[in-house]
Amino acid sequence: MTDKTKLYFTEEHEWVELINDDYVRVGISDYAVEQLGDIVFVELPELSTELEAEDEFATVESVKSTSEIYSPVKGTVSKVNSDLEDEPEKLNEAPFGEGWLIEIQSSEPVDVSGLMDASAYDEYVSGL
Amino acid sequence: MTAVYNDLLFEISRPGRKGYSLPESSVEKTALTDVLPEHLIREEAAELPELSELQVMRHYTGLSNKNFGIETGFYPLGSCTMKYNPKVNEDIARYSGFAQIHPFQPAKTAQGALELMYRLEENLKEVTGMDAISLQPAAGAQGEWAGLLIFKAYHEANGEGEQRRKILVPDSAHGTNPASAVVAGYDVVEIKSNEQGRVGIDALKAAVGPDTAGLMLTNPNTLGLFEVDIVEIAEIVHEAGGLLYYDGANANAILGKSTPGEMGFDVVHLNLHKSFSTPHGGGGPGSGPIGVKDYLKAFMPSPRIEKEGDTYRVTTDHPQSIGRVKGYFGNFGVNVRAYAYIRSMGAEGLQQVSEDAVLHANYLKARLEPYYDTPYSSHCKHEFVLSGVRQKKLGVRTLDIAKRLLDYGFYAPTVYFPLIVEECLMIEPTETEAKEQLDAFADAMIEIAEDAEKNPDTVTGAPFTKAVKRLDEVTAARKPVVTYQRS
Repeated sequence: MTDKTKLYFTEEHEWVELINDDYVRVGISDYAVEQLGDIVFVELPELSTELEAEDEFATVESVKSTSEIYSPVKGTVSKVNSDLEDEPEKLNEAPFGEGWLIEIQSSEPVDVSGLMDASAYDEYVSGL
Repeated sequence: MTAVYNDLLFEISRPGRKGYSLPESSVEKTALTDVLPEHLIREEAAELPELSELQVMRHYTGLSNKNFGIETGFYPLGSCTMKYNPKVNEDIARYSGFAQIHPFQPAKTAQGALELMYRLEENLKEVTGMDAISLQPAAGAQGEWAGLLIFKAYHEANGEGEQRRKILVPDSAHGTNPASAVVAGYDVVEIKSNEQGRVGIDALKAAVGPDTAGLMLTNPNTLGLFEVDIVEIAEIVHEAGGLLYYDGANANAILGKSTPGEMGFDVVHLNLHKSFSTPHGGGGPGSGPIGVKDYLKAFMPSPRIEKEGDTYRVTTDHPQSIGRVKGYFGNFGVNVRAYAYIRSMGAEGLQQVSEDAVLHANYLKARLEPYYDTPYSSHCKHEFVLSGVRQKKLGVRTLDIAKRLLDYGFYAPTVYFPLIVEECLMIEPTETEAKEQLDAFADAMIEIAEDAEKNPDTVTGAPFTKAVKRLDEVTAARKPVVTYQRS
């Protein structure tokens, strides 16, 4: 399982892991998963989809509601976690691990300065 | 063994049992192979249940007795306006002059039906403050879609069709709003609500621009709150060159008090099956007429009903029309009920509908406020939202509260919507309930809140009294089995 303290977060509860300067893994936070409840369906993008920052790239459906997931960075979808199609529960079980959503290749170093680190994110969530 | 009437027809079927007795056919028998190609003839007999008439009767009566409707009990399903629909309107819809006509019969032989449609359009103009009405759309979401096609036709006629690609939708909107926009080919931009639960003016100003096709809004919104800045909202959208769409799902709150036309909306739909007397919720037909202002009239669906002297005509020569959106003339029977309802209530009666609906919602809200969190404290219109956050901390979720209400004989309110309220319960009592009924519901809700503290198991394990207990929604959604399999 990925160490939460190495991740960066958005206010919309996506997380970003910097695997390389220009290559990231993206998922949604433990708080997001807790709010959604039991997740029953995850729709992921096609490989090679070009994403702008804040583009909608996935849909996560729970017994309560359906949520759109937005890309925190600009780039090309280079991997998708297709295990989630058959086992969406992995997202509930390990949002920072086996429940990751996609990996994005950026054409330039990814700037995370606008994102929150784990402690800032926890503080943000406690104020919600 | 006695047949149990929870069983399926196939399970109580016995070979050779019959519910009919027919004489020998007097027509000469023809071999199937003489009239059908071989690949269309089934090799085994179809498996049809074999039952007596009484068994079939008990089976379906048993099923109908398990059903819950507004005639069985209180049904406070927020945003759905599950109110009582007077039976006189059902009677009138069944008059043979309305029920036994055919949409293709010559207009001169169906003048009464055309007159009713014409008069209903006139009445709905008054209710909505619009200049023209089309009764075609089959229900609310189709009305939204048709309305957005009118937006598109308008922008195209102004040479701005390519440029105006975006529909703005508040984050508290009914899910059909963004869905209809996507089906109409638009991109959706979400507008965040402000702290008072209303459209944020600053967020709206930041979102509008030369690419704005329009804004879709429900007023009062899904939190049951009136958008008090509606005039300014309309100005902002109009100044940017966009149009305003009124989702009429919550019309029960404003009848005779205000109109979407006065608020500045350009296109509106009404859900006749919610606000104007048609039973709904069982998947039966609805009706979602749309209304527009003068400058959009040319784009309305075709055919239309027109009056010349004392004669009513069906006209189809409307070159700028978005075309036909529904077969024939929409769901005519629903429109008959709506007309009968409007005429029997009268203008004063409709105004009383909204006054009572708003009073009832505020009364319930006031009784429940000490026991549940109310994210928005101001007075509500016809519905209100509670948050189950206080109960969630005790391990009792909103879903549990909803399930527990079933044991008290109530239908559960809408839950987990609008999405912007955590552990949301959305309650719409409607105008047709007596005070004693509202009190019985409030008492049940208060008892559930107390049980959440003292005996949480009685809530989290509910329902205890129903034929079907807690369903495994998660497995049903993750691994659905959608066909019946014979054991």
